[in-house]
Amino acid sequence: MTQSKSSFTWRKITESKLFFPFIALALILLFDLIFIPRFFALTTQEGHLYGNLVDVLRNGSCVMLLGIGMTLVIATGGVDLSVGAVMAIAASVAAVMMNPVIIGLKLPPNLMKFINDPNFTYSPLWAVILVTLIVATICGLWNGLLVAYGRIQAMVATLILMIAGRGIAQLITNGVRIQIFYEPYAFIGQGWIVLPFSLYIVAAVFAIAWVLTRKTAIGMFIESVGINFRSSYFSGIDEKKIKLLAYTFCGFCAGVAGLVASSNIKTSDAYNIGLTFELDAILAVVIGGTLMAGGRFSLFASIVGALVMQAITTSMYAIGVPAFALQAIKGVVVVLVILLYSEQVRGLLHRITAQKGA
Amino acid sequence: MAESNNHILTMKGVYKAFPGVQALEDVDFALRKGEIHALVGENGAGKSTLIKVLTGVERPDTGTMTLEEKEIHVRSPQHAQALGISTVYQEINLCLNLTVAENILIGREPMKWGSVDWGAMNVQARQLLQRLDIDIDVTQALGSYSVAIQQMVAIVRALEISSAKILILDEPTSSLDAYETERLFEVMRKLKSDGMGIIFITHFIDQVYQVADRITVLRNGKLVGTYDVAALPRLELIAKMIGRSLTEFDDMTKIKLESSKHIKGEALLRARGLGLTGAVEPFDLDLHAGEVVGLAGLLGSGRSETARLLFGIDKPDNGTLTFAGKVIKAFSPLASIVRGISLSPEDRKADGIVDDLTVRENIILAMQASRGWFKYLSMQQQYEIADKYIQLLNIATPSADQPVKNLSGGNQQKVILARWLATNPQVLILDEPTRGIDVGAKAEVQKLVLSLAEEGKACVFISSELEEVLRTSHRIVVLRGREKVTEFTGEVDEHKLMQSIAGSEA
Repeated sequence: MTQSKSSFTWRKITESKLFFPFIALALILLFDLIFIPRFFALTTQEGHLYGNLVDVLRNGSCVMLLGIGMTLVIATGGVDLSVGAVMAIAASVAAVMMNPVIIGLKLPPNLMKFINDPNFTYSPLWAVILVTLIVATICGLWNGLLVAYGRIQAMVATLILMIAGRGIAQLITNGVRIQIFYEPYAFIGQGWIVLPFSLYIVAAVFAIAWVLTRKTAIGMFIESVGINFRSSYFSGIDEKKIKLLAYTFCGFCAGVAGLVASSNIKTSDAYNIGLTFELDAILAVVIGGTLMAGGRFSLFASIVGALVMQAITTSMYAIGVPAFALQAIKGVVVVLVILLYSEQVRGLLHRITAQKGA
Repeated sequence: MAESNNHILTMKGVYKAFPGVQALEDVDFALRKGEIHALVGENGAGKSTLIKVLTGVERPDTGTMTLEEKEIHVRSPQHAQALGISTVYQEINLCLNLTVAENILIGREPMKWGSVDWGAMNVQARQLLQRLDIDIDVTQALGSYSVAIQQMVAIVRALEISSAKILILDEPTSSLDAYETERLFEVMRKLKSDGMGIIFITHFIDQVYQVADRITVLRNGKLVGTYDVAALPRLELIAKMIGRSLTEFDDMTKIKLESSKHIKGEALLRARGLGLTGAVEPFDLDLHAGEVVGLAGLLGSGRSETARLLFGIDKPDNGTLTFAGKVIKAFSPLASIVRGISLSPEDRKADGIVDDLTVRENIILAMQASRGWFKYLSMQQQYEIADKYIQLLNIATPSADQPVKNLSGGNQQKVILARWLATNPQVLILDEPTRGIDVGAKAEVQKLVLSLAEEGKACVFISSELEEVLRTSHRIVVLRGREKVTEFTGEVDEHKLMQSIAGSEA
């Protein structure tokens, strides 16, 4: 009796959405524990925590942010390839608003001398953030309109903005990389309050998404539309509006990620900000156990998935893999992680645990 | 042992458990060469699971299988096919966007110069279909044909596997009309005389007696017994299937007479010249509170199209629809649900259940949709509603948190009914609510419809089983060729009704 009871709880654990993401993360951290001395060392400077683990969290914040929005989009059965490009657009908007000289705006001479001053911004910070997020949200809305109302396949519809986005980002800055000198802006990506400030931003966006999907009916509707949109429509769910919301929110998340990324490198670099991040975000969601076909999702599992992606990168750097080889090594590790999710491997695991129980 | 020579297939002591359900428990089954063997039982009796074990979709927990004296371990559906076990499943598993010919010959396409020989393929497909007397354009996408044709194509595809020794037909007739069914039976009899063993799963008791030689009855995952058809009277068979007597069927007439007193004067839903070009010709229809109106007609007569118009899935291009005295302008499922009109759609798998969601979520789905995004039912409310309907409709599920895909077909249907009842509709349109569910559950659904009418709801009841329509409806509307032909009220002459459905005046 006791055995069957324990195998039941074991089953409950293995069937949880969080089980495999955590196993994947644990495996990578185990690797670090064995092969990388001092990987887990934490130091404190001026009350701030530093160390490899903190780096994983800090450098992973952009993919975590994208992963949150991407989870909702993938759960509806779609995908958003444009998030990296939307990050670049967001970065350009923010940079231009703080330093518009570059696009030919004539500042009064008495302001011109302040342009390199770390305390100077043309538009106030709240306006910079607000307008940037509005622009990014409109980008998401555009994707949503194409997918939900234009009935264009998600991959094609978002590919448009993926390609055009970086061009738009350059148009905004007149083709120039704008340096950001304004110090308070840098706090978004570089500030610390015991932990990196960007983590608090992730937590806030996560909280918004969680409340939006789990404290309202929206989460269930997203899953329902992703599983069977016809049944959902017959049941009175407006699947178009649900999809529109998912893409719009995904755009918003990309905007936040764009702020964090540009604040981190203190420029608007339309070529490189968020480059290939859409793929990391998609992989984070997949590692989090949401099916690409849509359906059941877990925001927290996607966050763990994003950390898995970042832990791989940080670990590879820590053992001295050169930057140019990183993508290849990362690919190998991701394949190993995704293999954990295949029916075959899961079946094998179940059989092993079943034998143990017998 | 002499008898076993005659057995093409034997299964012994088969066990299979799913999370929370013992689907099969010590089941034996034997199939002879050249026989049609009916496999019957209520929903969740284990018929589908037994077939899945036989065809390699599921592996049994324990048990042995012998095919022509050799013990077999079926690893996959492909393996089953290679062994000579061909199946046509209840839910059609074909590619609707491929042509008929491609569907029949996929994986076995005739080749020429290293590529598919399309001409030969189409000829071959046409010949194969002609064995079933079906003459259709095989180069059209399968999806452009009716469900009945799709079913026939599925059977042709299963037959096409030349080495088939066993043919399994899982509810093959559930979407066929009488003529098509008889044609299918002819083919089955011919295959039987060729020595093939046919396992025939059906809910239609009449059909069992029409074609089957032997019957195996399952109940709650256990074997009740195997009998010769001639030695088992109908009533006894039904008693064995449901484990109780069926006096309920007789009660139904009484309930119906009682409930007919509740029909009130003013029409709740009124259609005047309502129609959609290409779907249904303009028709008039009055629906009163407390009344069950049956829609009778053959497949493709416009029954489902009428239902879709009344529920607002399709927008009519003709006439008006009035609900409680107000002309309806906004046509959409959501608007209808809010108004108090519900439709339980014909195709349970495609339009009904959301299979990965739980029983609870499936039940509250439409109700929540009518409340909108932000007035989210609390978990406590959700469980209360779900548990209420699980009890009321007798839904067999380990818990409200079970994904609905783990339930048997009949219980899924009850979940869908619960979804619509939870919206507290005034008008309830039920399109084939008893398709593919067993006798006992059918009676439950029919009684439920009548008791709903008694509560003052107006019901539209659509079914391809005429007997069922007769039993539940106060009034019967006959459709033929996408047109409303006539209406029968009160005591219905069955013979006349049949004539008007078939369109013969003689």
